[in-house]
Amino acid sequence: MSRSKRIPLSYFPGCSMATTAKENNRSLIEFCEQIGYDLIEVPDWNCCGSSSAHSVDAELAQDLAARNLTLAPRGRPLLAACPNCMLRLRGAQRHLAEDPDAQQRCEARWGRPVDPNLKLIHFFDLLAGADMKGLNKTSPGLKGLKFVPYYGCMLARPPAMRHEPNHHGLMEKILSDLGAEPRRWGYGARCCGTFLSVVRPDVVGAMVDAIFRNAAAAGADCLVTACAMCHMNLEVRSTLQNRIPVLHFSEALALAVGEGNGKDWFSRHLVDPRPMLRSARLIG
Amino acid sequence: MNKRNQKNNRDAQPVAIIAAGNGDMGFIREVKERSGTDLSACFHCRCCAGGCPFVEAMDYSPHGIIRLAQLGMREEVLKSATIWTCVGCHTCSIACPMAIDMAAVMDALRGIAIESDAAIAEPDVLDFHREVLRSIERYGRTHKLEIMMRYKVKTRDWFTDMDVGLRMLAKRKLDLMPSKVRNTKDLKRMFRKNAEGGIP
Ligand code: SF4
Ligand code: SF4
Repeated sequence: MSRSKRIPLSYFPGCSMATTAKENNRSLIEFCEQIGYDLIEVPDWNCCGSSSAHSVDAELAQDLAARNLTLAPRGRPLLAACPNCMLRLRGAQRHLAEDPDAQQRCEARWGRPVDPNLKLIHFFDLLAGADMKGLNKTSPGLKGLKFVPYYGCMLARPPAMRHEPNHHGLMEKILSDLGAEPRRWGYGARCCGTFLSVVRPDVVGAMVDAIFRNAAAAGADCLVTACAMCHMNLEVRSTLQNRIPVLHFSEALALAVGEGNGKDWFSRHLVDPRPMLRSARLIG
Repeated sequence: MNKRNQKNNRDAQPVAIIAAGNGDMGFIREVKERSGTDLSACFHCRCCAGGCPFVEAMDYSPHGIIRLAQLGMREEVLKSATIWTCVGCHTCSIACPMAIDMAAVMDALRGIAIESDAAIAEPDVLDFHREVLRSIERYGRTHKLEIMMRYKVKTRDWFTDMDVGLRMLAKRKLDLMPSKVRNTKDLKRMFRKNAEGGIP
């Protein structure tokens, strides 16, 4: 893509992608670069509150998300890939839009204006408009990869957000445009357990094992996840001896555009996906 | 279902039958104000319970909590395990014909439970949330290794998950040092709410 066509985006990585799921973060940045977007990290961003802030302190949850909105430079859309961070950022933006007092308090507190028109885009919104078939002609693609898509709870939204676009089926569409083969299964929208993974490993372990068993029974070589927390809970909680690997969606995309070889992403997985990727001839 | 839930279920049923009638009718209004959701719209079709991935780990089903609230059984609701087990995944919201925002209702109920010093049925859940918030208070971001260590100290459960932790360290999934927000003044401003450092 020519230099002049490149599009700069503000980028909110969030804690999971900045730490435990660095491979998710790096593959996402490299893939975006390949398709013409330059991601510029929001300066000094803070945690959006994870699953905990809204669970016990609504006001704090709002403050945490709103501070990030004040840090995003005006006029440049803000991209996030973590479904939970995006939900929190959108919720905070809606709250500020509905309540002028809250907007005023927020600006007074941080001494910075909030752009009411700041465009929040989830990684899936970005991909929904992209033409992957064109990309497929010039890039190695994903031929030979059989996968099941795992969305976790990202397709479920609170009633107030029910009119926002829902990207059901997007991973299947994009990855099959790139040559991969989606397998049908019924567990793609199961919740990963979030914090119950820590507090009730017994409950989440059994659920995660059922997810892996069903993925394998569907004939998949791997699961593809849309969320870094899902990825971690699936990998960490399964008690099965033999299970298929889990790829981040961004890793699959980066592989498809020829960015996967020789990267240290895959060595960070608890279940090493490299043997599977080698036998599908996706890495050397 | 494990032992603990069987116990919860056994305890739950008779209580639900006895106390209805002398309910606190202001309760449902309080929940509506905090959650923005009108609980009286629920007509108990049970679609929420049918799809909830954690209903078996709860003492009351999600709509059961709403029923108790409709009957004004404030205390039963606030001391239930369900309000702490719900992870807010919104799976039930997309199934609900009445657009009940269950996650918002549960958020509101936890808030009320903490403020009114109700007995917390799942103290480990609250301990975990508190450790996450403490981490955000300290660094502005979550530092997973420290959260896990402190949670272990708090719950005195050293051996569950030791293997998981070691595997995560080996795979460089747990950073030893936190990723931090530089503007610590901003952080102080957010957490400066009550004497104990702002964490409920
Ligand atoms: S799905 Fe909605 S209306 Fe039906 S029982 Fe659950 S909360 Fe009530
Ligand atoms: S939001 Fe809570 S009640 Fe609803 S499906 Fe998820 S865990 Fe169950």
